[in-house]
Amino acid sequence: MTNPLNDIVHLDQVTRAYGDLKALDTVSLEVPAGQWLSVVGPSGSGKTTLMNIVGCLDRPTAGRYWLNGTDVTDLNQKALTQVRRNQVGLIFQKFHLIGHLTALENVMVAQYYHSMADAAEALAALERVGLGARAGHLPSQLSGGEQQRVCIARALINRPPLVLADEPTGNLDAANEQIVLEIFDALHAEGTTLIVVTHDAAVAARGDRQVVLGHGRVVDQKVHPRSPAVELAGVAA
Amino acid sequence: MAARNVTSGDNHQVANHTMARRMVLASLTRRRSRVLIAVAAVAIGATALGGLATIAADIPRHLSRELREVGANLVVSPAGDQPGLADTTLQQVDQALAGRQVVAQAAFRYQTVRLANQSYLAAGADLNQVQQAKGYWAVQGEWPAGPGQVLLGTDVAAWAGAEVGQNVTVSLPVGQEGAADEAAPQAVYTVSGIVTAGGAEDEMVVLWADDLAALAGPGPWDVAEYSVASESKDLAAIAQAISQAVPQVQAEPVQRLARSEADVLAMLRTLLALVATLVLALTMIGVSTTMVAVVTERRVEIALRKALGADQAVINREFVTEALVLGLVGGLAGVGLGYAFAWGVGQAVFHRSVQMPWWVALATVAVAIAVTRLGVIVPLRRTAQIDPALQLREE
Ligand SMILES: Nc1ncnc2c1ncn2[C@@H]1O[C@H](COP(=O)(O)OP(=O)(O)OP(=O)(O)O)[C@@H](O)[C@H]1O
Ligand SMILES: [Mg+2]
Repeated sequence: MTNPLNDIVHLDQVTRAYGDLKALDTVSLEVPAGQWLSVVGPSGSGKTTLMNIVGCLDRPTAGRYWLNGTDVTDLNQKALTQVRRNQVGLIFQKFHLIGHLTALENVMVAQYYHSMADAAEALAALERVGLGARAGHLPSQLSGGEQQRVCIARALINRPPLVLADEPTGNLDAANEQIVLEIFDALHAEGTTLIVVTHDAAVAARGDRQVVLGHGRVVDQKVHPRSPAVELAGVAA
Repeated sequence: MAARNVTSGDNHQVANHTMARRMVLASLTRRRSRVLIAVAAVAIGATALGGLATIAADIPRHLSRELREVGANLVVSPAGDQPGLADTTLQQVDQALAGRQVVAQAAFRYQTVRLANQSYLAAGADLNQVQQAKGYWAVQGEWPAGPGQVLLGTDVAAWAGAEVGQNVTVSLPVGQEGAADEAAPQAVYTVSGIVTAGGAEDEMVVLWADDLAALAGPGPWDVAEYSVASESKDLAAIAQAISQAVPQVQAEPVQRLARSEADVLAMLRTLLALVATLVLALTMIGVSTTMVAVVTERRVEIALRKALGADQAVINREFVTEALVLGLVGGLAGVGLGYAFAWGVGQAVFHRSVQMPWWVALATVAVAIAVTRLGVIVPLRRTAQIDPALQLREE
């Protein structure tokens, strides 16, 4: 086991049980800063549960979790919320945009809760994902691909060190999937840590490294040839 | 990669206040049907409150007037040893009443007369005064405009078979019933109107005092009635003051009427307060239910806000702000509708327009906001129970 303070994500023997069901079962996982990690596995294998714990939306029932050098295992709701606000960007399969707010306002909401709403900065973020012209549209007036890009702009607006995406391309066509992956490439190049849950082998292959979950455990993992430098670290189940 | 860096201070505050306002406004203007239901819930309660409060505040004015019209509230009659009320005596009474607001007054002289072979009581008075004092009399035809014209009580007219515009012969009774009338003084009057008063006047002949004096000779007044604008508890004191100042008379408040005015008022106000309280309680439940539905409907949104870093205090503040705006809008609508409601009731019941005092309008809005605030206590608890991990999980 490496020093937990060196990784951005460091799970040590983490279990998340729902009654008798262990959605995560003594998972240890270490993600160094800047890595693009793909998480794959069959439905019900615990991918979303893992993301919720890594994203501080949920707490382990056993084990310990260090995020960016801080032990967040025992933090209360309020403290977890604060960690989430400052450390994590969330991208959802279903986008979860606020229906009565425009694309621009949806991005500004994240600024607002983080620190300070800034329309110019939010607009720049939308332009970066190719949506500058659609900033004034409501989610219902946007295509699925466009909504996902708004969701990504929102996740990135506060420049979190860790970006979590749960099936980000699950609802997108090939063209939009490509756009999203290009954005991820750019993010990765900038040094943002990315954890992407996916069912799509092609999407998974874009990462530096891939872990496979099965029945709440890490059952396999591999380092992708594109980035041979990344060390194979911390797999125990 | 460095985390987002922002300058803090005033700029920060202003930008975030603007954003908060923008979010509340968007929520209210872009989710119209939901917002309308919530506003309607508040507005209905505010309407009832504003309307009832207006009536309650305005009622004494109408009720006093209404009850005063039903009759005098102060009656002056001769003291035990006096044969009647002289003009000079009544002037003294007027002096004793100086400073009081006397809405109407009339002095009456009663005399038994015969008309169409029946005996009736004739009341002689200044009919202009009587018309003012007895506003509630329903007169078919016209009030007598000058000498020689009389009002017949509806029963008298029926017995005598007299109609408006006809002449009637009125005589003084002489000796026994049924004795020859030829010798008795008599006069012929024109019936200008037939009066239905719902009281003793229905069996009377009402004529000018001068006409009665011409028929029966001069004489003192038998009774003087006054309508004094005053609360019932003061009336007894006023009566006592008159009796002391003018020993020839005995003044008495018309007890039953004076007390009933206060009773009716108290009863109505209690009733209105009860109804208003009930309506407000229902409003609160309505607001609460609506807002719980809103929370359920927006649970994913609330979960998302939490996921983005909003803690419960921030969620609460946003929700309460939205609710207070709903309360304000509903309250303002309630003031308008409540005024219309009170106005309608005023027209239907009092046949007069009512006014909404400014403080009723203000209180209505304030209570609407307060009730809305209370109504969101339960919905707020619901927002606290929303677990972002659960709500945002893909199914
Ligand atoms: N709130 C909950 N209560 C009970 N069981 C739950 C709860 N959330 C998840 N589970 C269970 O935990 C297990 C893991 O769920 P999870 O959502 O993490 O799977 P997943 O790998 O994300 O699946 P999918 O690919 O379908 O999204 C499942 O068996 C699921 O039924
Ligand atoms: Mg999942």
